[in-house]
Amino acid sequence: MAEFKEDVSIVLGGAAGQGIQTVEGILTYALKRSGYHVYANKEYMSRVRGGINATEIMVSSRRVRAFVRRIDILVPFKQGVLSWVADRIGKNTVVLGERENVEEGFIEKVNLVEVPLTKLALETGSQLYLNTTAAGLIVGLFHGDFDAVEEYIRKRFGSKGENVVMKNIEAARKGYDLGVKLCEEKTIAVEVQKDEKVKDEVLLTGTEAVGIGALAGGMNFLSFYPMSPSTGVSTFAAQHAEEFEIVVEQVEDEISAINMALGAWFAGARAMVSTSGGGFALMSEAISLAGMAENPMVVHLAQRPGPATGLPTRTMQGDLNLVLYAGHGDFPRIILAPGSLEEAFYLTVEAFNLADKYQVPVIILTDQYFVDTYYNLPAPDVEKVKFERYIVEAKPGYRRYELTEDGISPRAVPGYGEEVVVANGNEHDEWGDITEDAELTRRMQEKRAIKKLETIKKNAPLPRLVGSENAEYLVVSWGSTLHAVEEALEQLGRDDVALLHFSWVYPLNPETKRLFEGKTVIAIENNITGQFADLLRKELGVEVQHKVLKYDGRPFSVEEVFDALKGVIE
Amino acid sequence: MNLPTGREAFEPRRPGSEDVAWCPGCGNFGIRNILISALAELGLRPSQVAIISGIGQAAKMPHYINANGYHTLHGRAIPIATGVKAANPELTVIAEGGDGDMYAEGGNHLLHAIRRNPDITVLIHDNQIYGLTKGQASPTTMVGMKTPTQPWGVFEEPFNPVALAIAMNASFVARTFMGYFRESVEIIKKAIQHRGLAIVDILHPCVSFNKVNTYAWYREHTYWMDDGPFDREAAFRRAIETDPLPLGIFYVNERPTFEESVPAYRKDKTPLWKRGPKLDLVEEFFESKRL
Ligand SMILES: Cc1ncc(C[n+]2csc(CCOP(=O)(O)OP(=O)(O)O)c2C)c(N)n1
Ligand code: SF4
Repeated sequence: MAEFKEDVSIVLGGAAGQGIQTVEGILTYALKRSGYHVYANKEYMSRVRGGINATEIMVSSRRVRAFVRRIDILVPFKQGVLSWVADRIGKNTVVLGERENVEEGFIEKVNLVEVPLTKLALETGSQLYLNTTAAGLIVGLFHGDFDAVEEYIRKRFGSKGENVVMKNIEAARKGYDLGVKLCEEKTIAVEVQKDEKVKDEVLLTGTEAVGIGALAGGMNFLSFYPMSPSTGVSTFAAQHAEEFEIVVEQVEDEISAINMALGAWFAGARAMVSTSGGGFALMSEAISLAGMAENPMVVHLAQRPGPATGLPTRTMQGDLNLVLYAGHGDFPRIILAPGSLEEAFYLTVEAFNLADKYQVPVIILTDQYFVDTYYNLPAPDVEKVKFERYIVEAKPGYRRYELTEDGISPRAVPGYGEEVVVANGNEHDEWGDITEDAELTRRMQEKRAIKKLETIKKNAPLPRLVGSENAEYLVVSWGSTLHAVEEALEQLGRDDVALLHFSWVYPLNPETKRLFEGKTVIAIENNITGQFADLLRKELGVEVQHKVLKYDGRPFSVEEVFDALKGVIE
Repeated sequence: MNLPTGREAFEPRRPGSEDVAWCPGCGNFGIRNILISALAELGLRPSQVAIISGIGQAAKMPHYINANGYHTLHGRAIPIATGVKAANPELTVIAEGGDGDMYAEGGNHLLHAIRRNPDITVLIHDNQIYGLTKGQASPTTMVGMKTPTQPWGVFEEPFNPVALAIAMNASFVARTFMGYFRESVEIIKKAIQHRGLAIVDILHPCVSFNKVNTYAWYREHTYWMDDGPFDREAAFRRAIETDPLPLGIFYVNERPTFEESVPAYRKDKTPLWKRGPKLDLVEEFFESKRL
């Protein structure tokens, strides 16, 4: 008998087009509704049909938010899945599925629990129901709430007609009964405690957290050119455009996308573009314009491995340097990288307030792993959302680029007030007209690149310290690696190791330096050179003694971080 | 303080706008006067107008006219102007630039703006040369013209913006020569009043770098079409005439504008800058994610 306790890692793998996403949808929804903590993440190939797509779902009695390497239950929908995840199969892994989906070489090696999924699907009427049957099966293993499965199917397939809904429910039911039977027969035993509180929590993806955060931040304009893995956020905005009454436009290229958004901000909208590295590369000219014209801007950049087209559907934290240095000339910018879904919501809201206040580009860095991650969380508190506007009226005598002590000039928008607003991407005087005056050039450069930057730095929040201030080892992470590192540290359970996590990536508050004093610093990054470690040296003079880097296009697993940290510390 | 009205309202009073960077005798001065007259005659106030320009000599216009302005990047005036109009449809938005700006660096944006049809007016100062960068060929330079960077003479087929715009079913297409003041004012007024993307190709001499297309040359090689606008086919036939070049309004095609088509303004006409987030809907979204 195969026994699983506390948390169960389930992986479902098949070809693109085989409906793995439906399974993922049913499972996360129904299991959460049943009172289990869930976490899901997918891995997919850059193709529309075929290849191998895999979804990992963790079902747990405690909050789980990170990718684990271990597979407890593997459900293959085609041959090739086992080879694809071979290095994640252990002696306790149970393969739940049909013999013909298991490659020759594995038959002897794995615990195969044969289940007639195809037969059940065919009994329902078609091979097409395979995915719903499989989803039902897993929910059955957990004695989950079947009503929730029904509810999800109605929601998802409702538009396709009653017959499709009924057939899918029937297929799921067959799977469910089989799952319950496997437990009764003691073929598989699953023991995960329910937590009633979970039922009332929300289930979000990284994409949704950024998208709804933008809407909560008052985003009313989004222009984009599709590029994985950023497109989800644009799709999200488009799908909510009617109810939120906003402008969403797919334009001819990324150059147009960002320039349009700059125009919208100039006229007082709250605009955003969503893109990935290659698209952002095209935007860098306009980022520079935003710097010179002090035109606010919000960019969501979902990273994928580069250079160039790289690995379109995979993950990396490799574009920090791109956003740090994009644009010619000196000007400040703000770089944020949410670590959790809650943070993605609040930070995206904040991005709009920051752009409005400081009149600089604000870049939200996520990555494929992050945008495709799901888990349950308490609903963010909408009451905490602050909508901060900094627009002034253009009264006679108004100067767009007034020289001020803190480097921030009052920003008026055209049409508000009798006076005009002149913005300029050329060096300019206080009114916005072109200048080549040496003294004025110096003062304008100082205003933008020094005074304003100092103001932002001073107000930048400190990173989050998890653990003791006196710990000997300081693990540093940024952005999407947060949970994997957190969970690994929990498992490590040592008082002498603390975590310093950066979700506000740039510019850094000078106070941050203090937190590193006397520590052995270990940086964990999902890229090959340790871009953030370099930034720490450059900005704060902090030396990183150990770098734990991963750059194969896959996210860190908890086990990997755990092993790497053990290796460094012991 | 009482702000002036009429033509005078559009005369800039800012210290930096006194130093005009155009060469004496340049056609850009004439375009400036035409534009000021058109805006004043339409009864507009500077605060209601936004002039978005690219880069080049032509693109310096926002500094020499008192109106809201944004002097941006080479080739990018159209997307920026589109964003301005979409954020605040109450503004009269004009995108300005040279032939290099709009037809070379910004060519792709022009094509897609025609498709998108924002209610903006695109004024192209077409001097058939690059002025600011000192006399290289532009997309509209005539075949055979020698320049410092085309010493062998230009061999590329010149861009025909009017034919292109009609081919793409643009909303409003006209050509004028700035040497004809009154006619140009009327065309630009109509372009601004037109609902939808209005493209006006404005011929003007560059006295410093274009020794071929002079004031006299434009007078000799252009003629006014006595009627128009035409239906699309007739307009296109006129558009491919090259010598003499026809002047006037070629084509007008009423179709929905970008701003009318986006969900933002279906029920509510408030400009975006006056709006806040819809937090009740955010709350509702989270509710739907509890299920
Ligand atoms: C991205 C970029 N490329 C090149 C330039 C250099 N540049 C400035 S103006 C110009 C061409 C100007 O010609 P046109 O648009 O016809 O305007 P004119 O000066 O003739 O009015 C060029 C190539 C630039 N500013 N930006
Ligand atoms: S370079 Fe030519 S177009 Fe530019 S200002 Fe001088 S004359 Fe006019």
